[in-house]
Amino acid sequence: MTFFLVSSVIKIIVVFTVIMVGVALLTLAERRICAWMQDRLGPNRVGPQGLLQPAADGLKNLLKEETLPAQADKVLFLLAPAMSFVPALLTFAVIPFATPLPTPWGDVEMVVANLPVGFLYILAFGSLGVYGIVLAGWASNNKYSLLGGLRASAQMISYEIAMGMSTVAVLLLAGNVTLSEVVARQAQSIWFVFPLSLAYFLFIVAAFAETNRLPFDLPEAEGELIAGYHTEYSAMKFSMFYIAEYSNMVTASALMTTLFFGGWDIPFTHWDNTPPWSPLKTVLTLGMFSLKVIGFLFVYIWVRWTLPRFRYDQLMALGWKVMLPLALAYVTVIATAIWILHEQLGWTYGTRFALALFGLNVLLAIPLFFVLDRGRIVAGSVAEERA
Amino acid sequence: MAIGIKVMKRPGGQASYLRATLKGMALTFSHLWRPKVTMQYPEEKSSKDWTLSPRWRGTHRMLTDEQGRAKCVACGLCPQICPANCIKLVPGEDEHGNRYPLIYEIDEFRCVFCGYCQEVCPEEAIHVGVHYENAEYSRDRFVYDLERLCAQTHPVSTLWDPSDPKGE
Repeated sequence: MTFFLVSSVIKIIVVFTVIMVGVALLTLAERRICAWMQDRLGPNRVGPQGLLQPAADGLKNLLKEETLPAQADKVLFLLAPAMSFVPALLTFAVIPFATPLPTPWGDVEMVVANLPVGFLYILAFGSLGVYGIVLAGWASNNKYSLLGGLRASAQMISYEIAMGMSTVAVLLLAGNVTLSEVVARQAQSIWFVFPLSLAYFLFIVAAFAETNRLPFDLPEAEGELIAGYHTEYSAMKFSMFYIAEYSNMVTASALMTTLFFGGWDIPFTHWDNTPPWSPLKTVLTLGMFSLKVIGFLFVYIWVRWTLPRFRYDQLMALGWKVMLPLALAYVTVIATAIWILHEQLGWTYGTRFALALFGLNVLLAIPLFFVLDRGRIVAGSVAEERA
Repeated sequence: MAIGIKVMKRPGGQASYLRATLKGMALTFSHLWRPKVTMQYPEEKSSKDWTLSPRWRGTHRMLTDEQGRAKCVACGLCPQICPANCIKLVPGEDEHGNRYPLIYEIDEFRCVFCGYCQEVCPEEAIHVGVHYENAEYSRDRFVYDLERLCAQTHPVSTLWDPSDPKGE
């Protein structure tokens, strides 16, 4: 019991620190990568290559004046930044990030809380994140903020469904909602991104919408809503929303890694995912996990500085008319396929099983892109002129 | 419809953005590696794409003769032509009858940097300079006196010549 408590507290502190530092560096990475994509250099003055820029920004935000709008609901106004910040961090608690670490007192699982209901916990806390934004929009007593908050709630609820649906396929294949089991299943054979490619496609789109990142950043929409829900916020409270956004990105990337890209698994080898555990294995798998997460974070930044924002009706149409039916149909097809392979043919999950499902995904992708592209396979964005 | 308006082709139905997205991402990715156009100002003050024009009209400079005296003969043409009335000139005369400025001050805040003072000067004494870094800690430092004008070392402007518009 003491061992459990001590190891948990250490893990919590370490994970919290790593995420906070990671988020700070991520703000810098965002600015520098954005600059490079625009043929600029970006912030490179504070420290070597601008590495201390986040510290300078943090100091600035701590020292700035806190403003409180006269008509704001004070309690909710102060609560909102924390409400958006806390769930973003809590979600990370159930994500396994390395193989167990052996210590003289027993193995330490490299996950803050190895919940048996891990995945459901993520869905639950993912939905809580919207409260912070809605409360911020409401409490500011400002019409633009309120519009931003309303958009956030509509958007998050719409895409939550598609996101949940797309991951049902993962759970069907893993046969378990515990994330460490999901990872273990992938580590034994093939990552789920291959047998469930379309689910991954749906998941990544929904995850972009869930984290309010471009092309789905309608709650902020600086062009139309000033800055949406955080218009009235200043100093560290404003910063908190940013930290929340970036923590959400980290968590979403970690989720993609865990659900579709084998978590901490090092590809093409099996020595890393079988006992006896060793500190070397822990470090290597942790490195692999970080590498994958960083890759997805780069994709986040890359997409943000490539795509313009959706219009609001386009966003809702995509969520309800495309993503949800697709996810539902996909779950049906995949469930049937798994049932046939598993119950009728008696296969168990392995290379053959995964390849069969991958073939099915390719077959499904052709009509899918045909429908998405209104009758042609992947057309350009400019079709024939309207009569 | 008015002449010269470009009519964009709009998508017929709702278009898919899959290929456009991938093309866009390829483009942004290729830009990651391209040379950057940023000029890192305090260290680099000019690059091959950008240099200060030789016709730039900045803060003034008074040229001096071999003895280090200002070339100015206090003829009074520059305060006369100055549209901003920023030049203060009090003429003096030495024992040989040579005129020189007792007081010559330019208020750089009032100056509109038209360059007429340089154009009108018969002795080619006062010039506007190719210079732009003028920060000071107080406003009164922006009234340049004769000593300060003579002490400037930056290059002087080659004003635009109507007979040679391209500066050849």
